[in-house]
Amino acid sequence: MLRTFTLHEVWILVLAARWTIALSLAAFIGGGAVGFVLAIARISPFKALRYIVSGYIQFVQAIPGLMLLLLFYYGLNLFGIRIDAWTAAVLAFTLSTSAFLAEIWRGCLQAVPAGQWDASRSLALNFPKTLILVIIPQAARMALPPTVGYMVQVVKGTSLAALIGFTELAKAGAQINTITFEPVLVFGTVAGIYFLICWPLSLLSSHLERQLKVGHVNIQAM
Amino acid sequence: MNYTFQFGTVMDHFPDLLSGAALTIRLSALTMVFGLVIGMTCAVAKAYGPRPIRWLATSYIELIRNTPFLIQLYFVFFALPHFGVRLSPNNSALIAMVINLGAYSAEIVRAGVESIPHGQIEAGRALGLKPLQIVRFLILFPALKAVYPALTSQFILVLLGSSIVSAIAADELTAVANTINSQTFRSFEIYTIVTLMYVAIVFGFRAIFTSIYAFAFARRG
Repeated sequence: MLRTFTLHEVWILVLAARWTIALSLAAFIGGGAVGFVLAIARISPFKALRYIVSGYIQFVQAIPGLMLLLLFYYGLNLFGIRIDAWTAAVLAFTLSTSAFLAEIWRGCLQAVPAGQWDASRSLALNFPKTLILVIIPQAARMALPPTVGYMVQVVKGTSLAALIGFTELAKAGAQINTITFEPVLVFGTVAGIYFLICWPLSLLSSHLERQLKVGHVNIQAM
Repeated sequence: MNYTFQFGTVMDHFPDLLSGAALTIRLSALTMVFGLVIGMTCAVAKAYGPRPIRWLATSYIELIRNTPFLIQLYFVFFALPHFGVRLSPNNSALIAMVINLGAYSAEIVRAGVESIPHGQIEAGRALGLKPLQIVRFLILFPALKAVYPALTSQFILVLLGSSIVSAIAADELTAVANTINSQTFRSFEIYTIVTLMYVAIVFGFRAIFTSIYAFAFARRG
């Protein structure tokens, strides 16, 4: 017998969205930490390190997120490491998020005028000190809008975890669809919940970007 | 670890993987063409259209950009039949991909059109260029040149995203891999090989995009 799509089913979807948010946060924090190290490595004074990291990023960015997910989910089990869908998803999303965030942040770090590096050297600051005291504070301002924008991609990307059987919002939607057979209502609601999570982030990102532009004009006016 | 890798089992199915890869490439290439057309139309509609059209284009763009592709795919595949539109998995996949890319490329092209200084258009008018010539040489061509890197990285994302359509069993590369996996249980070997195939396809597309840029944009100012 088919179940009808009622407020009760909507509530199940809302509860499932908690897992979408948890997965997004885990991917963002893990990917952010790894991505930060990669971004620094990309602008480090060591040529070999820069090439290796650049190659790694190019490679990871050429792999579909779903493939990473399947490789972690099935692949690690093979090496005797018992892995559940949650761990596999967090690892896979951390990997892909780190590659994309590293590229975004590298762009911001390199957008800080070269004169800042010269000035720091003339003040006898070494590479780590220049980064922490001079470059990163200026790059962080520029990095904020695209980073918030990328969070939208992370949230949407977590829906892939549904395909290895992790019950977050997309999977819950697919399951409720099979028992109610109301695809328009079910996927409309699911899309609506995703939209409510993502749209504010998108708006915030473009707001921050406009603010940054205004800030630049002010600096130039002075 | 006492596991023997058996890539041979997977290699027996290599022709299937190749035909899957061919469909992946075809789906992605078609999506790039149609998606860009929709994107350019929406960008122009959003910039110059009357208010209802502008509003419609904006809601389409925002709705698609803020929901996951998987849900859009499910909607096309499961919900459209309720409205009497029944499509094969492959066609559903193509339509969902085109709708998705259309919204993203619309935003990218719009950014390019906005980057063109108004004086350039006025200069064209002062030189007596016809409106269509102005749109072609002074707006669309420089705009596409300005956003070419952003546009092609979005194209690559579409190519990577095409693996998601395996969820509705369109028979592209990932779906073929899933089928072979359920027949042979050689998951690690299969997904490693398929991952490398995707990497090869992506690097191929990147090379093509670079040469298109050199051919179409680099030589002319």
